Amino acid sequence: MKGSYDVLVIGAGPAGSIAAKTAAEKGLDVLLIEKRQEIGDPVRCAEGVSKQYLKKHVEIDKKWICADLKGSRIYAPDGTKIEMAEEIAGGEVGYVLERKIFDRALAEKAAKAGAEVRVKTRATGLIIEDDFVKGARLVHLGKESDVRARIVIGADGVESKVGRWAGIDTSLKPVDIETCAQYMVAGVDINQEYCEFYIGNDIAPGGYIWIFPKGEGKANIGIGILGSKMGKFKPRPVDYLNTFLEKKFPNARIVEMIFGGVPVSGSIPKTSTNGLMLIGDAARQSDPVTGGGILNAMDAGKLAGEAAFAAISAGDVSLGKLEEVYEKQWRATTGHAIDLSLIVKNCFVDLSDEDLNSLAHSLKDVKFERMRLLDLLHALFKANKKLLWDLRVLFKDVAKEVVKNKL
Amino acid sequence: MSIKINRYKCGYCGACVGVCPKGALELVETWVEIDEITCIACGVCDRICPVGAIEVIK
Repeated sequence: MKGSYDVLVIGAGPAGSIAAKTAAEKGLDVLLIEKRQEIGDPVRCAEGVSKQYLKKHVEIDKKWICADLKGSRIYAPDGTKIEMAEEIAGGEVGYVLERKIFDRALAEKAAKAGAEVRVKTRATGLIIEDDFVKGARLVHLGKESDVRARIVIGADGVESKVGRWAGIDTSLKPVDIETCAQYMVAGVDINQEYCEFYIGNDIAPGGYIWIFPKGEGKANIGIGILGSKMGKFKPRPVDYLNTFLEKKFPNARIVEMIFGGVPVSGSIPKTSTNGLMLIGDAARQSDPVTGGGILNAMDAGKLAGEAAFAAISAGDVSLGKLEEVYEKQWRATTGHAIDLSLIVKNCFVDLSDEDLNSLAHSLKDVKFERMRLLDLLHALFKANKKLLWDLRVLFKDVAKEVVKNKL
Repeated sequence: MSIKINRYKCGYCGACVGVCPKGALELVETWVEIDEITCIACGVCDRICPVGAIEVIK
């Protein structure tokens, strides 16, 4: 490890590895660090991604695919089933990944592109001079060292400290986080072509239970609950999950247990400052409805890698420049999408089980493979007029896009 | 006032670190470290912990 680089990327998840790869491919001198001793482990994810979007970033390698999904099924509190083909299931279905293999493969791609990779190496603070981030203090096997960089990229996940060290408040309020528990189970008879979602206030308040197939007899069964619905004396995600498992899969064998927190805040006001960009969960870029974050993280990583090259080439790594080359770009795409999702989330988290059931009843016969917006509007109107009113902003937006496409 | 994390229960997911309003927690590899000086014992970490590994005594 040298004393200085063009770019220092903190965190080797999908966001960090893509950022490091992109910057290295542009010819920049890049250091990618990961605090854990193993990249991709422990997993903190349900591991589902859309095929189409994943292909945008990497060539698919069968080694990291566990299941190939045809669609998803959503179960209302009374058991009413809604089935969706994958094209419209929120972009979150497609493949179920083996993140332990996938994340490391991405880091290997960064290394292959020329980035230096260091594991079991943690950042403990930033070097800040004249109001510019100029590098970070790192610790490896108990030994401290300063590494200087023209640009630091913070990809340090839900527990991000990099932004906070630079004065960007990334702390999440309980209403901004889904807290999760997941078991990988074996020995269960689970349809390997569909992922399933269970909603309801007794099942998963302000969130949902998911079943993602992971290959023959295996699945990720997990739960996310909205932080604001939790309390010291209320059941925890792990308690809800145990109840569900005992009821649905009494014979399931738990072969892995993981926990996690997923940001569902929508876009936060600031994700860069002089010499610094935040990406992925560290920038709270995951989707507020689905909780999906892998692809948004990869998109942001690519943008940040390109932005680092543009800023360094221009000799200007100030906030103003980074706003132009990174911040504006991600807000126009991912930022816009997650803010719309936030509106949907805010409507759905307060629906009663009765509301959810009536919504499901009116949607269950809609042919989702051929659904047009008008069919959905009609179904929503029949089911729940208040919900339609709450979601009006979305439809206004969709209508605008329809008009734009026609022109 | 004090905060205790049961490291035998903790799943080191970092959710508590993400919600801490003061930045008093840090996820180091497989355990969470607490900066007792910065911690204001607000209890938000205890509230959102998915396993209930945190105890804040006010």
